[in-house]
Amino acid sequence: MNEFLLMGMAEISGGGFFQAIAGFFQTNLPYILAGISVGGQYALIAIGYTMVYGILRLVNFAHGDVFMTAGLICFYISTVSPLIISLPLTVLFTVALGFTIEKVAYKPLRNAPRTSAMISALGMSYLIQNLALYITGGLSKQYPQIPFISNSVTIWGATTKMVTVVTPILVILLVVALVTLIKYTKIGMAMRSVADDFETSRLMGIKIDNVISMTFIIGTFLASIGSMLYFTNYTAIVPSSGAMPGLKAFVAAVFGGIGSIPGAVIGAFLIGICENIIKGLGWTTFSDAFTFALLIIVLIFMPSGLFGEKKTDKV
Amino acid sequence: MLKVNDLIVNYGGIKAVKSISFEVPQGSVVTLIGANGAGKSTTLKAIAGLIKPAGGSIIFNGNDITGKNTTDIVRMGVTLVPEGRRIFPDLTVLENIKIGAYLRRDDLKEDINWVYSIFPRLEERHWQNAGTLSGGEQQMLAVARALMSRPKLMMMDEPSLGLSPIFVKEIFNVINTIRSRGVTILLIEQNAHMALKTADFGYVMDTGEITVSGKGSELAVNENVKKAYLGG
Repeated sequence: MNEFLLMGMAEISGGGFFQAIAGFFQTNLPYILAGISVGGQYALIAIGYTMVYGILRLVNFAHGDVFMTAGLICFYISTVSPLIISLPLTVLFTVALGFTIEKVAYKPLRNAPRTSAMISALGMSYLIQNLALYITGGLSKQYPQIPFISNSVTIWGATTKMVTVVTPILVILLVVALVTLIKYTKIGMAMRSVADDFETSRLMGIKIDNVISMTFIIGTFLASIGSMLYFTNYTAIVPSSGAMPGLKAFVAAVFGGIGSIPGAVIGAFLIGICENIIKGLGWTTFSDAFTFALLIIVLIFMPSGLFGEKKTDKV
Repeated sequence: MLKVNDLIVNYGGIKAVKSISFEVPQGSVVTLIGANGAGKSTTLKAIAGLIKPAGGSIIFNGNDITGKNTTDIVRMGVTLVPEGRRIFPDLTVLENIKIGAYLRRDDLKEDINWVYSIFPRLEERHWQNAGTLSGGEQQMLAVARALMSRPKLMMMDEPSLGLSPIFVKEIFNVINTIRSRGVTILLIEQNAHMALKTADFGYVMDTGEITVSGKGSELAVNENVKKAYLGG
């Protein structure tokens, strides 16, 4: 008797609950899809922030602007060559830019106080934005249409671009590859040891400058892939196009626990999805505010984030 | 094997090492003893290439290694077990051992088994994060890691510091084992008593200069050394 009663109750309340959830999903599906998509794009930027921080204890403020530059590079190259050539070239030039920024702006400050490198990063950010302003003349540039990922697709009645489906799959593949690299290869082991202790890593014969360069190469590589996905959705590129996604990705990295790659990825997806659900609820004005309110809350109540190291500082 | 001539090193704005000269013959154990701040660690860091010397020369096996970068120096067969062990806490014990052989491209299996035979505890705990080991075990790991580069000269900076008496005894046993394998050892110690007992030759450093030198057994009975470093 009792069992029947319980089952009955579960059916009534469970049914209602699931119906409510299903209803919510149905109405918000386009927003959730957009959230997953943009979240994945934030994730590809956030990994660059979190890896550089993990090794150099530096917030690379220029990272969002490198992301924007990747968009511009692709625009300019694709005016003279087909996409099959301009996409790989975009990756190549973006990586070269990231590599050069580290050599020019951060390497000379390796033994300087951390604040100096941070100010250098801010300077780099403004330099890139203003160079972009100078080169584009302040006019917004239309990102080229990449076939396949620009195509429309309908998922459970919600129409969206193919990039929405491609992004999370690509992000997961790239993250698995990256985590494997860091966990199981020699260069990955060197990256972890350099993150632990510069001087002792040198005693192992590791050239720490090479390891740091490698980190920037990986970070900008992922950001350049991210730019292709992001600008397929938001096709107008202006010099400040990298600022907002860059900041969001930075918040994602802090939220996930800066220094942690899975943390950054999960943080980015959560932020992307929440932001878009807020838009879906009709509070578009507040969607950016939500992200930065989250940053403040995390910094106050959970400074090491979801998966961050609990250590306070390196001695 | 190692010849240091008139070495001068500035560290943190002060002259930490003021023109010292000493020699480490092949197959020997040589110790530098002296109080805190005498410039012992700075000397080892300069030999390892972590700090650029301001003057003098460092000759290893006939090659001038003064001011060379650490990677080249490690490749030539010089290794340093740093003060305070400095194992990589977020790497596993086995990864710490492997990273000691970072510059080698050959098979490590034999060497890993060899260091496991010297330090069986490390084999038991090979999968743990090195940060979870006890202080003594971390010191063993730091030595094992250094051995993985197949060094010809192993420099050790205060290996017994902060260890329990049992581990201190063990670390000196290990030093003898390593030496019997033909590795030359340059040892810094505050535990002058144990160091002089183990070493063939010793140098006493005081505020950046070498004040006394002699055979280990001689220094151990030298009145001045006894007074200053052996507690009377």
